[in-house]
Amino acid sequence: MKKQVSYWHEFFKGIWEINPTFKQILGMCPTLAVTVSAINGIAMSLATTFVLIFSSFLISCLRKIIPNQVRIAAYIVIIATFVTIADLIMKAKFPVLSKALGPFVPLIVVNCIILGRAEAFASKNPPIRAILDALGNGAGFFIALTVMGSIRELLGSRTILGYQILPLSFEPLLVMILPAGAFITLGLLMGISNSIIERKKKIEHNTLIEKYKDKMSSTHLSIKSSN
Amino acid sequence: MENSTSKFINKLELSSSPHIHSKWSTKKVMWFVVLSLLPPLISGIIFFGIYQLLIIAVSVFFAIVTEAIIKKIRKMKITIDDGSAVVTGILLGLVLPPNFSLTATAIGAVFSIAIGKELFGGLGFNIFNPALIGRAFLQAAFPVAMTTWTKPNFSVDTITSATPLAAYKFDRVLTQLKPMIIGNIGGSIGETSAIAILIGGIFLIVVKIVNWRIPVSMILGMILFSGIFWLIDPIKYPNPLFHLFAGGFLLGTFFMATDWVTSPITAKGMWIFGFCISLIVVIIRIFGGLPEGVMYAILIMNAFVPLINRLTEPRTFGEK
Repeated sequence: MKKQVSYWHEFFKGIWEINPTFKQILGMCPTLAVTVSAINGIAMSLATTFVLIFSSFLISCLRKIIPNQVRIAAYIVIIATFVTIADLIMKAKFPVLSKALGPFVPLIVVNCIILGRAEAFASKNPPIRAILDALGNGAGFFIALTVMGSIRELLGSRTILGYQILPLSFEPLLVMILPAGAFITLGLLMGISNSIIERKKKIEHNTLIEKYKDKMSSTHLSIKSSN
Repeated sequence: MENSTSKFINKLELSSSPHIHSKWSTKKVMWFVVLSLLPPLISGIIFFGIYQLLIIAVSVFFAIVTEAIIKKIRKMKITIDDGSAVVTGILLGLVLPPNFSLTATAIGAVFSIAIGKELFGGLGFNIFNPALIGRAFLQAAFPVAMTTWTKPNFSVDTITSATPLAAYKFDRVLTQLKPMIIGNIGGSIGETSAIAILIGGIFLIVVKIVNWRIPVSMILGMILFSGIFWLIDPIKYPNPLFHLFAGGFLLGTFFMATDWVTSPITAKGMWIFGFCISLIVVIIRIFGGLPEGVMYAILIMNAFVPLINRLTEPRTFGEK
């Protein structure tokens, strides 16, 4: 029987354990392209999360009706519907942001995170779990894009969210708002997150070994004493 | 019995092949390279002022400190006394424009060592030349400051401070050959004086730190490829000697492309490597948007070094 995972874990795993940007390495195109400023990153990840939640929910509801052979096409239709909604809302309410993000909002249709979660999770799990998973992955994507956008904006134009942080005497590093800066930032952040996870794993591994040793020695003792 | 065997084994030095020892240690090589870098350094100070020494000092200092800090974080043996960080620091300083900002120099030095070298695993594992990585980063980060040239002392031309390549590309002015050989022209700190670079470079070849094949193939390649264009249209394209002495070509030839770690190890590979760098330099200089392309040419070819090594692998004895 399959082990039942707690709802909390269903949500939380997307933020750290399988963070879409740093661990699954999905949705690289918007990650690298739009994070020239923190606000762009936030807007992009919020739009993606909106689409992710609703499409995951709908796909999960329809998972027994959609025939297996045409599932990808069906997913794309569902995702495209919500992307159109998000795109139109952004165009109406936040025209400046919509212009800054350019073609990347309509391109959410083919975002790997959404299709990946639909294929790997929503099509196999009930709606509540699908929503929690979508929320978690959305939050993970949000954190990644906000951090990246903040770092690049801070070093590339001295500001975060438009507020000046670094003094005017600091000469901005133009490279950080160019594509090369995106790759450098992403690579470093990925390296940091990997090294933290690796360290955690090592500690867990060591405690397991210790436990095993204790157990072995205690059984050994008990055998000796019974003799 | 067991004890005596282990005693015996301890006396033997057991290691896997290769067993041939080189008289060169990394430390010795690096200090020889530092020595060979003195002539371009001195020419930089003569032509652009004592301030340039400060730039190089800052660059070296931050390179060493970064290396020490990263080795400490990664819990590895601190190997700053092997001098490789010093060489990277001096090389980075030499390819910066004169009177460059000290803060930016420090950023470049930290980036060279941290990203260009230590992230790949330290000395011997870096794919790209660390000093050039630092310069490429600075070029992308501060494009204006990186192309602001200072007028050299004893300059023949009293009006312009542009480098010969920029002057040719944008204003169609061909600089005389004599000042380009001596070094009183605009350009990076260590790249202007051909004589000083040749002294350092030939010293490296004579003491056999640098293999002669890479510089020779690069210079021959440069004469060949720029010569083809010159023969096609001598008015539109500058002559091969101008290409040879202009910009950072000679500095790159002797000190950057010949880096042990980032150049091919086979003789045939070295020829391919040198010719390809020259070809890319000529293409960038003649058709590119930038006046100079030695840095990018060397970095591009650095990426191909593993491929070149594999393609030119020598036949083992007896193999068909």
